Amino acid sequence: MSSATSLSVDKRDIVALEGVTKRFPGVVANDSVDLAIRPGEVHVLLGENGAGKSTLIGMLSGLQQPDEGRILVDGEPIAITSPRHALALGIGTVFQHVMLVPTLTVAQNLLLGGPWWQRPKTEELEARVAEITRALGITVKLHAKVSELSLGEQQQVEILRAMVRNSRLLILDESTSMLTPKGIDELGALMRRLVEQGLAIVFITHKLKEAAAFGDRISVLKLGRKVGEIPPERFRALGEQAIVSEIVELMFGKQKDDPEASERPVRTIHAGAAPLLQVHELAVAPTDDAPGLLSISFDIRPGELLGIAGIDGNGQKQLAEALAGQRATVSGSVRLQGTPIEALSVGERRERGLRYLTDDRLGEGTVGTFPVSINFFLKQVGAAPFWRNGVEQRAEIDKRAAQLVREYDVRTPSLKTPVARLSGGNIQKVLLARELAEGAKVVIFNKPTYGLDLANTLASRQRIRNTAARGLAVLLISTDLEELLSMCDRIAVISNGSLVGTVENVGDARSKIGRLMIGLAA
Amino acid sequence: MSIDTVPAAGATALDATAAVVTRRDIQHRLLMTIGPILAALIIAGCILLAVGVDPLAYYGFVLERGLLSPLGIQQTLTRMAPLLFLAAGLIVAFRAGMWNLGGDGQFLLGAVTAAASAPVFVEVMPAWLALICSFVIAMAVAMLWSLVPALLRAYQGVNEIITTLMMTFLGTSLANVLVKLMIRDPGTTVPQTRTLPVEDRLPRLFDTTITSGLLLGLAAIITVHLVMTRTAFGLKLRIVGANPRAAIHAGLGVPNLTIAVFAISAGLAGLAGAVDILGVQGNVRADWNPAYGLAVIPVVFLARMNGFAAIGFVFLLSVLSIGGESAARRLGVPNHFTLVLVSIVLIVLALAEYIDHRYNQSRRA
Repeated sequence: MSSATSLSVDKRDIVALEGVTKRFPGVVANDSVDLAIRPGEVHVLLGENGAGKSTLIGMLSGLQQPDEGRILVDGEPIAITSPRHALALGIGTVFQHVMLVPTLTVAQNLLLGGPWWQRPKTEELEARVAEITRALGITVKLHAKVSELSLGEQQQVEILRAMVRNSRLLILDESTSMLTPKGIDELGALMRRLVEQGLAIVFITHKLKEAAAFGDRISVLKLGRKVGEIPPERFRALGEQAIVSEIVELMFGKQKDDPEASERPVRTIHAGAAPLLQVHELAVAPTDDAPGLLSISFDIRPGELLGIAGIDGNGQKQLAEALAGQRATVSGSVRLQGTPIEALSVGERRERGLRYLTDDRLGEGTVGTFPVSINFFLKQVGAAPFWRNGVEQRAEIDKRAAQLVREYDVRTPSLKTPVARLSGGNIQKVLLARELAEGAKVVIFNKPTYGLDLANTLASRQRIRNTAARGLAVLLISTDLEELLSMCDRIAVISNGSLVGTVENVGDARSKIGRLMIGLAA
Repeated sequence: MSIDTVPAAGATALDATAAVVTRRDIQHRLLMTIGPILAALIIAGCILLAVGVDPLAYYGFVLERGLLSPLGIQQTLTRMAPLLFLAAGLIVAFRAGMWNLGGDGQFLLGAVTAAASAPVFVEVMPAWLALICSFVIAMAVAMLWSLVPALLRAYQGVNEIITTLMMTFLGTSLANVLVKLMIRDPGTTVPQTRTLPVEDRLPRLFDTTITSGLLLGLAAIITVHLVMTRTAFGLKLRIVGANPRAAIHAGLGVPNLTIAVFAISAGLAGLAGAVDILGVQGNVRADWNPAYGLAVIPVVFLARMNGFAAIGFVFLLSVLSIGGESAARRLGVPNHFTLVLVSIVLIVLALAEYIDHRYNQSRRA
C-alpha cells in the first residue's frame, strides 16, 4: 500500500524522496527509501536509533547527498547542495540540539545570517515576528537572552526562525527529547496550528505515543529501510491504542521476506549447572546524558545465551560497561564462577575470562590509525609472548595476527593496514577475534550486528552461537528483536535502566517482549 | 594473493608490496618536507627584501656562521644538546596526546636547580658524581613542577594546554626569584648564581668546544623514540594519545599513564636545563630565559614526532639560530627572525599537507 501512494509523484507533494539510498563505510544508512511530504500534514518519521532517520534529514537539509535515488521539490528533481540551498527552497530544520547562540538575544539570533554589509533590519523583523506569533498564538520575548529561556522556549525560537525565513517544510529532529511533558504537549499544539496554516512538518521521534498523538501520517524506518506507512485516512480510522499496536507490529513484527530470520535450533542447557555469571542488584547512578541502572539481577549458565531487549538508550550500554568494569557501580555484586569481581579493574576482569565486545567499534573498540595487527592485542599490551620484558616482539605479533586474520576471515590488504580503513564487518571480525581468543568464559556482545551488511550479520551471529555452544555464558544486548528471538534461550527486557521482565524464548515470546518494551505488562 | 589459500606465498607478497609502498612513501615524505622548506626560504627571502636586507647575504651568513665555519658548527652542535632533550620530552607528551606547553618553566627550574646544586656538590664529592646528582635533582624538581597540571588533567580533565602555560609563567618567575633572592652568588654584583668551574662541567668532546651533553641529548631522544615505538609502555601511551576511550576500554590505567607522561616530559625538560647549565653556561643569570621550549614545539611537529627526524630538524634549528644570531648582528635583522623563518616553514608545510590531501582525495574520487 505504501509504495503505491508514494511512488506516483503527487502534485500536492512539497518534497518527495524516490528510492533514496545513502551508504557510509560499512553501513547502509538508507536503503531505497520513498517518502512523500505534503502541506497540511504532520509526517512522523519513526524508528530507533540507527534506523536512518538522521541521515534522511541530513539529505533533506542539504548536509549530505544521496548515493542513489532522487529528491523532488515541487515535483522537480533537484540536488540540495547545502543547508543554505535547503533554506532557499523553503526547507527549515530544527535539530535535536538547540543551535542558537546563548549569549545573544532572540532578535540577534534571528537576524544572524543576513547580508554582512547591511545593518540588521530590526524593525522589519519585529513586525514579521509579531505577525507570525499572533497567528500561532505564541509569545516570544525578542529581547531576552537565549540563555535565559527554557529549552521549550528556545525551540519555539528555532521554529520561529524557520518561519521568518519563509519555510514551507519544517523538519523537527527529535525535538521532544529535551522537553518536559508540558513542553511536549505545547509543541504538539504548535505543530497542529502550523499545519493548519498549510505548512508541511516532518516530525522525527522514536516515541510511539508522540507519533500516535501528533501525527497525520507515519512512516516507520527500520535498519535503513522503510518498513511501512500509515496514511492519514487509516490514521483517522484507528484509535490511538490501535495505532500504537500497529506501529509495534511494523517495528518489531516479523517480515515475511526477512532473509535474516532463521529457526533457532533447539538446544539443551543443563538447568542444574552452576551459573557462570551472577549479577545481583546491580545499580549505576544516572549521568547527565544517560540513564542509570536500577537493581539489575540475572544469572547466565554455561552454554546459555541471555538476550537483553529494549529500545536503544534504556541503559544497555551502561549495563555492558558496568559489567566490564568501565563504569562505576553504586551497589550490587557481579560473580564470575562464584567469585565476586565487582571490585576488579577492567584488565583483571578480562584476565578472569569476562570479555566485552563493544558496539562502538571505532570509537572505543579499536584505535583507527593503528595497524590491524596491533588492534588484535590492544587489551593484552605488555603480555607474553607478544611483549617480552616490555619490548615488542614484532614477529610473534605478526604471526599470531596472521593466524587470527585467517581464522576469522578478516579481509584486509595487509596486517599493517590501519584498522579504520577496513569495512565495518571486518573491523567487527577483528573485535570478535580479540574477545573470543583463549581464556574467554563470559562474553558480553553489545549490538554485535549493528550496521553490518547481511553476510557479516549472519557470520557474526554464527560466531555468537558457536561461542555459546562451546559452553561459554553469553549476554547478547541488541535492539533487533529478530536477532534475539533467533538466538537466545531467554530474553530480558530493559526499560529505563531496569529489567522489566524475562521471557523464555518459546511460543509467543515475540508479542510478550513487544508488550514489555512499550511498557505494558507481559 | 589470498591470505586464506596460500598463507606463505601470500605473506611474502604482502611484504613485498609493503616494501614498495614504504619506499615510495619515504620519497613522497622527503618531497613533502624539503619542498615546503625551500618555498619557505623563498618567502622569508621576500620578507628580508621588503625590509631592505639582501636575502642571499643573510642566508650566506647563516650558513657560514651556523654550519661552515669551524667555530660555528661547534656552537651549533653545542646548542643542540638542550634542544634535543626538550624535543624528546615533547615527543613523549605529544604522542600521548598531551600538550605540555610548559617546557620553558620546567627548563628554567631544572637549570636553576642544577646551577644551585652543582657548585655545592662539587665541594663534597667527585665531579662526576656531583654532575649526576645535579642532573637527578634538576629532573626531580621539573617533574614536581608538572605534577599540578598532571593531576588536574588525570583526575579532573582540566585542559593541560592552559595549565602548563600558566605554570610556565609561574616557573620562569620563580626561577628568577630564586636567582635574585635565594641562591645569588654573594661574590658578584650582577644577580646570578655561583659559577661552576669550567673543569667541573661536562667534558668537551675531543679538542673542540662541543659539549658532551650533545651525546646525552642524542641518547635521550633515541631512547625516547625506541621506547615509544618498540615497547609496551610506549604503545600504551600511544593508545592513550590516539584514542583515550579505547584506552579505557582496553583497561589501561589512564590517570597513572597521564601522570607518567607529564613526569617524563617535564623531567626531560628539566634535564635540558641542567645540561645547558652543567655543560655550557655554568651559572644562571637573573632574567635569563632562552625560550627554547617554545622554539622546539614547531620542530617536533615538523618531524611528525619521529625521534630521528627530530634530530635533523633540531640540527636545522640550531644552525638557523646560531647563524641567525650573528647574521642579525651584521645585517641588523632582529634576532627573532629565526623564529619567523621556522613559522613560515610550518605554515607552508601545513599548506602543502592540505593540498596533498585534497589532491589525493580528488584522484581517488
